[in-house]
Amino acid sequence: MTTRTQTPVEREELISGSEAIARACALADIDVVTAYPIRPYDTVMQFVSKLIADGELKCEFIIAESEHSQFEIVKHASAVGARTFVGSSGVGWFYAMEAIAVTAGLRLPVVAMVGNRALDDPGAFGCEHNDALAVRDLGWLLTWVSSGQEALDTALIAWRVAEDPRVFLPCAISADGAFLTHAQQMVRVPDKGLVERFLPPYRRGEFQLHPDNPITIAPQVNEDWLMEMRKQSDAAMRRARGVIVEACDAFERVFGRKLTPFVEEYMTEDADTILVGMGTLAMPIKVAVRRLRAQGQKVGFLRLKWFRPFPVEDVQRVLSRAKAVGVIDRDYSFGSPFHSGVLSHEVRSALYDAAARPPMVSFVAGLGGREVTQPLATEMFTIAGQVARSGRSDNETYWIGVRGKQS
Amino acid sequence: MTTQQLRPIRGVHNAPLEEFYTSGHRTCQGCESALVLRLMVKAAGPRTIVLGSTGCMYVANTTYYSTPWVVPWMHTQLGSSGSAATGTAAGLKALMQKGKMRDEPINVISFCGDGGGVDMGLSAISASLTHPEYNHLVLLYDNESYANTDIQASGSSPWGANTTFSPPGRERRIMNTRWKKNTAIMLAHGHPKSRYFATGCPSYSLDLMNKVRKALTIGGPTFIHTFDPCPKGWDYDPKYSHELGMMAVEAGLWVQWEMEDGKLTYNGPSRMIATGRRKRRPVVEYLKRQGRFAHFTEEDIAYFQAQVDEMWEKWGTPGISSVKLDLTGDRA
Ligand SMILES: Cc1ncc(C[n+]2csc(CCOP(=O)(O)OP(=O)(O)O)c2C)c(N)n1
Ligand code: SF4
Ligand SMILES: [Mg+2]
Repeated sequence: MTTRTQTPVEREELISGSEAIARACALADIDVVTAYPIRPYDTVMQFVSKLIADGELKCEFIIAESEHSQFEIVKHASAVGARTFVGSSGVGWFYAMEAIAVTAGLRLPVVAMVGNRALDDPGAFGCEHNDALAVRDLGWLLTWVSSGQEALDTALIAWRVAEDPRVFLPCAISADGAFLTHAQQMVRVPDKGLVERFLPPYRRGEFQLHPDNPITIAPQVNEDWLMEMRKQSDAAMRRARGVIVEACDAFERVFGRKLTPFVEEYMTEDADTILVGMGTLAMPIKVAVRRLRAQGQKVGFLRLKWFRPFPVEDVQRVLSRAKAVGVIDRDYSFGSPFHSGVLSHEVRSALYDAAARPPMVSFVAGLGGREVTQPLATEMFTIAGQVARSGRSDNETYWIGVRGKQS
Repeated sequence: MTTQQLRPIRGVHNAPLEEFYTSGHRTCQGCESALVLRLMVKAAGPRTIVLGSTGCMYVANTTYYSTPWVVPWMHTQLGSSGSAATGTAAGLKALMQKGKMRDEPINVISFCGDGGGVDMGLSAISASLTHPEYNHLVLLYDNESYANTDIQASGSSPWGANTTFSPPGRERRIMNTRWKKNTAIMLAHGHPKSRYFATGCPSYSLDLMNKVRKALTIGGPTFIHTFDPCPKGWDYDPKYSHELGMMAVEAGLWVQWEMEDGKLTYNGPSRMIATGRRKRRPVVEYLKRQGRFAHFTEEDIAYFQAQVDEMWEKWGTPGISSVKLDLTGDRA
């Protein structure tokens, strides 16, 4: 027998969430990337530019003069068949909103990172989810990651799903500002050869803008055709669900790591009280779950990984067995029903039809990047526990860790 | 990246017969902006991608199922002609250099109106001109208003013009008081690494086609600004479109020039005026032919003429740039 030299297929490195996504850019061999500075997302572009400078990624790196141009440039590059990456945070993401809206309308599979940030004024760099959530209705696939590993893995999945001709929709990867963008963790970085087995090349096919295929893209359609086209986007978003599941299966085959596609359940099987949230909130809430479990309380946590498409079956399956559900929003929706955040409405709406509809309560926490500490996490479980005991929804929305009067 | 070598067209009889902007649009009769596009892509030829920002030349041009474009065409947002050019050129370059697409020079032309270029998209056009590594042309067609949305004043509408945002009423004349026209030279001044800037007018079709060819052949990002009479917005009989274009040039109101590698030359009648071989026609003839100036008083006309006179008599580069060199005050 000859001795086989083991080539490492994944290597563990201590990197930040932003760097993890930058590494995914190199692994995916992106063709065009555009950058504009705004904290905290722009760390990803600092890493991407370094990878390019060091010869680890060959692509067009364009420093745009505004976020609007940043997103328009990748939109057009994507139309000629280039794999693209872009990103922003907070008001920068809003500055690009016109381009963001039409990218989805044009069914262009741009992949973007949102480093979640408050929409200042008043000045704030910290994490809030309202920036990314603003595109929830537009036809963007929208995912929230909670660790560096998940950031890298999800980026690879994002290109695969977005560029699948059954989908052809842009995908935004939301990463909590500072908590994820800047925090370093051990991340397994796969070999490029392995990634090539997972991620096929982007082929625009009959929609590619090229002299060999002289099509007219985005003519005036008005009331004659727009509705049919919107319905096609709807169908694509519905199909995305299956394509994400396929991608997770393929991910396990290639990388040997199992990913649950849409949600992460943490001690929910026998839980009476379940809190629901997205992103890096998972960390303090999971710690609280462990501590309360140690005291004999049956509590659990459900983390949504994808917000669009919304994992309605998983939400129903996991939550309808609970005695009470508390939804934590790191965002706000002023004047909305029950004055809660956006996630809470979506969960309520998903549960309306569930076989057993658990009583609910809503929380707003961690705005502007305020830390969700252990006492605050426990407070939410306590309030949700009261709801479980009463058996009736509490339509109050509790602002957790806020100074001053509640209402 | 190399460019297509498009040779100058010597004489109108040698212009290609083939059209790449054909029937299927519904622009007004006498629309000179539509003619600009037809000449532009005729000069560029079939291996061209055209991007167009929102405006008449999008809305009136491209209706689903009846596009006039024989070449590939894509809409871009109102302020995005520069970004569309950069993105398309960058995408093509990346794909060709990485062997993901057959390597060949493809013309990239991105057009915008005056609203989209003189106003909203100026910063993106400027940015596009800072990328010597991408070959593209941004063509600004100037019909002197936000025409598609009902003729509102833009930064490029002439002083005093009646638009739907600047109506002369019984009580007060809301006049467009802005005087901003020289977008091409403004951009030329600030982007020394871009090799070609020019103005054009479809009344001088050969000149315009050759400028497009030069812009596409020379390499890197380039810019052309055209002056397009618009019968609807300017309120005149469509049959006078060509004539009005010529009158504006002959009155010295619109100046035909090009700048190649920093060297500026006047073209056609503008050259005759600049070299003193021809006198400027009075602007009053031009103004009187258009309904948008019907409310002008004698003083308004005199003021307008005085502005044009100043352009030619006081400016450092007559008719084009007000920048003047003055070393007399130097205390070296
Ligand atoms: C961001 C944005 N604001 C406003 C509009 C509305 N709009 C559509 S066409 C147009 C006119 C554009 O004027 P111009 O660029 O001069 O082109 P023209 O219509 O004169 O050909 C406007 C304002 C738009 N499409 N997008
Ligand atoms: S309004 Fe003017 S620019 Fe628009 S189509 Fe009519 S003539 Fe052309
Ligand atoms: Mg206009």
